[in-house]
Amino acid sequence: MSTALVYALCGASLVGVGLYGFITRAHLLRRILAFNIIGSGIFLLLGGAGSRQGAVSPDPVPQAVIITGIVVALSLTALAVALLVRLVEDTGRATLPGEDASRDA
Amino acid sequence: MNPALLFDVALAALAVVAALSAVAGRDLFASVAFYIVYGILIALAWMRLGAVDVALAEAAIGAGLTGVLLIGAWSQLHRKGATETPPGPSSAARLLAAGASASVAVLVAVIFVGLPADGAGLAPAVRENVAESGVSNPVTAVLLNFRAYDTLMETIVLAVALAAVWSLTRDELWGGIPGLRQHARDGGVLATFGRLLPPLGLLVGVYLVWAGSSMPGGAFQAATVLAAVWLLLVMSGAMDEPAIGSTAIRLTIVAGPALFLAYGTGGAFLGTFLGFPADVAGMLIVAIEYVLTVSIAATLALLVAGVPRRQE
Amino acid sequence: MTASGLAALPLLELTVVLPLAGLLLALPLGHHGARATLALAPIILLVTALLCIEIMWSGAPIERVAGGWDVPLGIALRADGISGAFLLTTALVACAVAVFQAQGGQDGGATRRSTFWPLFLATWGALNAVFVSGDLFNLYVALELLTLAAVAMVAYGSTEAAMRYLLFALSGSLVFLLGVALIYAGSGTFDIGLLGSAGAGDTAMTVAAAFMTAGLLAKAALFPFHAWLPPAHGNAPTPASALLSALVVKAPFFILVRIWFDIGPETSGVLMQLLGYLGVAAILYGSLLAMRQERLKLVIAYSTVAQLGYLFLVFPLAGAAQDLPWTAGTWSGAIFHALSHALAKAALFLAAGIVIEAVGHDRLQGLAGLARDLPMTVFAFGIAAVSIMGLPPSGAFIGKYLMLTGALAGGHVFLAIVMIGGGLLAAAYLFRPLRLMLLAGETQPAKAIARRRQVVPLLLALAAVGLGIAASLPYALLQIGRSLTATEGIE
Repeated sequence: MSTALVYALCGASLVGVGLYGFITRAHLLRRILAFNIIGSGIFLLLGGAGSRQGAVSPDPVPQAVIITGIVVALSLTALAVALLVRLVEDTGRATLPGEDASRDA
Repeated sequence: MNPALLFDVALAALAVVAALSAVAGRDLFASVAFYIVYGILIALAWMRLGAVDVALAEAAIGAGLTGVLLIGAWSQLHRKGATETPPGPSSAARLLAAGASASVAVLVAVIFVGLPADGAGLAPAVRENVAESGVSNPVTAVLLNFRAYDTLMETIVLAVALAAVWSLTRDELWGGIPGLRQHARDGGVLATFGRLLPPLGLLVGVYLVWAGSSMPGGAFQAATVLAAVWLLLVMSGAMDEPAIGSTAIRLTIVAGPALFLAYGTGGAFLGTFLGFPADVAGMLIVAIEYVLTVSIAATLALLVAGVPRRQE
Repeated sequence: MTASGLAALPLLELTVVLPLAGLLLALPLGHHGARATLALAPIILLVTALLCIEIMWSGAPIERVAGGWDVPLGIALRADGISGAFLLTTALVACAVAVFQAQGGQDGGATRRSTFWPLFLATWGALNAVFVSGDLFNLYVALELLTLAAVAMVAYGSTEAAMRYLLFALSGSLVFLLGVALIYAGSGTFDIGLLGSAGAGDTAMTVAAAFMTAGLLAKAALFPFHAWLPPAHGNAPTPASALLSALVVKAPFFILVRIWFDIGPETSGVLMQLLGYLGVAAILYGSLLAMRQERLKLVIAYSTVAQLGYLFLVFPLAGAAQDLPWTAGTWSGAIFHALSHALAKAALFLAAGIVIEAVGHDRLQGLAGLARDLPMTVFAFGIAAVSIMGLPPSGAFIGKYLMLTGALAGGHVFLAIVMIGGGLLAAAYLFRPLRLMLLAGETQPAKAIARRRQVVPLLLALAAVGLGIAASLPYALLQIGRSLTATEGIE
């Protein structure tokens, strides 16, 4: 077992934890948290792949794309949060109603 | 098991526990707090993996700015009474969800472990070419040169995210000022902070960009520091957010991506889209990074500030 | 201009650079962004058309590496025939939408006037970036750019629909990214070309491709991931609905084609069958719900759910056994269907937008007799409907014909029956609003709509039909750089 493997497995577990949160929690702020946890789990997996045994130093390409990914995640989180605040102002709810689309009309 | 590995296992376990507390807890504010702790633990994990640049980005953006954003959202929801957690699904449904999520995690882990372990990835290719890139920090070489196209798109993603957030403005407030006016007591801790921080923050920002070419650091990390200074100044009451109707502020937002895009396109007409001639690459990259830093800092600060809530 | 003259221009790069430059210009310009967009849109259309000519002329895909760094270190940009076809269709639809909106569409308030154009150009730029990207991570970034702009445009109409859309889109991107991460972990590259030439790969690659596929299905709104689409497309402002339904949902489909036909992981027959059956379910479910809607825009939105189903029949028909003689024709048929649907669907949404502007609502029962006052718009709706039904001589007819031929040749009788049945269902749900508008009735438009705006959906609808009449040129374009080796089609 190596450091890289430990964190890659940690990343896989975080994907699971985030997924669980996304499925079971209705409050949208928690779902936004869950997305960010899934995202960082995937990044750890990618980072773990970049520093496995045999590599002299960690692969800089995954590191660079992870930094890009972190910035992209922040951008989406900012929009999600602003949308959530607006939704609460409009409807008073921080959750989405049931999935029947035709009722939204 | 050696002590270092033991530390890794403990850190990884703590991160998973923090994540679980963030998604499964009852109190929404506690969830946000756990998420910020989680972000710091993940930054530590990146240090352990030897990825200092990622650790800086995760601490500054993943934990820091995202944390500020989430706390801001929480306080607005709290004011409107929308922080009550609705009743969760039945325990049977929760068990089913847990089973499904665990299966995905296990599937991902099994696939990952089964992959050929010899993959050095692109580390050798980066090592071979880094001398031609103009910078000696390999991560900066990838971000600003080898995969500059991704980074260009990413700076545009930030600008578009800001346009998207602004598109949620109520019509009567268009062109107004984000957030609520903050007042600080004279001589309070925040006010003192407000005087000390800007020069310090600027110094750190300028250093991080310059250092980024040879050491961990770079435009995004530097921009986050500057954005944090901006946010602290606003919180301390020393400065107000600018009105989004201001042409100056909007030009500041687009200047960095526009320069980067213009440079890349000029290169396309001369033969190579986003090409950096090896002998001047270092100088060009640092120049572009300084302009990017200013634009990204303003964009990040305004993204966190959110939609306009008052007129001038 | 000669072929070498064309090749001297960085046309490929410009298709991505120009819309992105436009958005950076439109963001500070605020409500003056309309004029900037109107000036830029024909230039982008021209550049795109020239790129298609260059691809046809050279008979081979145009390839570049950003920064001059060869793959796998650098990022490849690649425009083959299918890229060219999607780029050109996007440019046509985007130009139509820009002209329609800039000439006095209902603007919404100050916020929409000032933010619409940057978001519009961001959508265009992100779509083009998807169509020319040769790199999986770069595709992720382009997809997220698309998500940001598209969700914000939906939010003009309904925050709730936008939020639902964002949740689906975000889960989709993350599952896609998970697949991309596993691919890099296993192969050390993000480059589609290198992954394709590396051969079939192993089980891990197939699982990674399955993750990417699942994520893209959520973004493409394939049944059962469709729940976000009707409220989002049905409540967005007119120009946004047109862009979203015509183009934005095609971007994930385009990437799926890249994954399963260009990279070609060890093809799991079961997975291909599954995609096909989801497509069948989408056709039936989407059509039945389209029939039951009481609002014109929701009929059109549910029609998108159904029509997207057809595209996914390409996977069982051509994905599992790529060496059969008819698979290339089937593949081309699906692409034809996607392009034709883009033009026709944009026409339908713009026509519906005119109806809403004229009478103030889109409830079907209140539209009786509208053809008397809006003949050109109702005519455009009818022509576009012919295309959606897949009747000759439309582009969709060519698409369905090619796919049907492949289905029968391959013994997929059930899929063939669904394709024919889906056409009848489309006729049923589109005939309902059409019959009402043509019926004698007393609906009085409250507002006159300028002819120069009414003509826009008509031109789009005619383009969808024209795609079928002049099919050989786009068909020839599609064949350039096609990874399927078999040749049999309408040549």
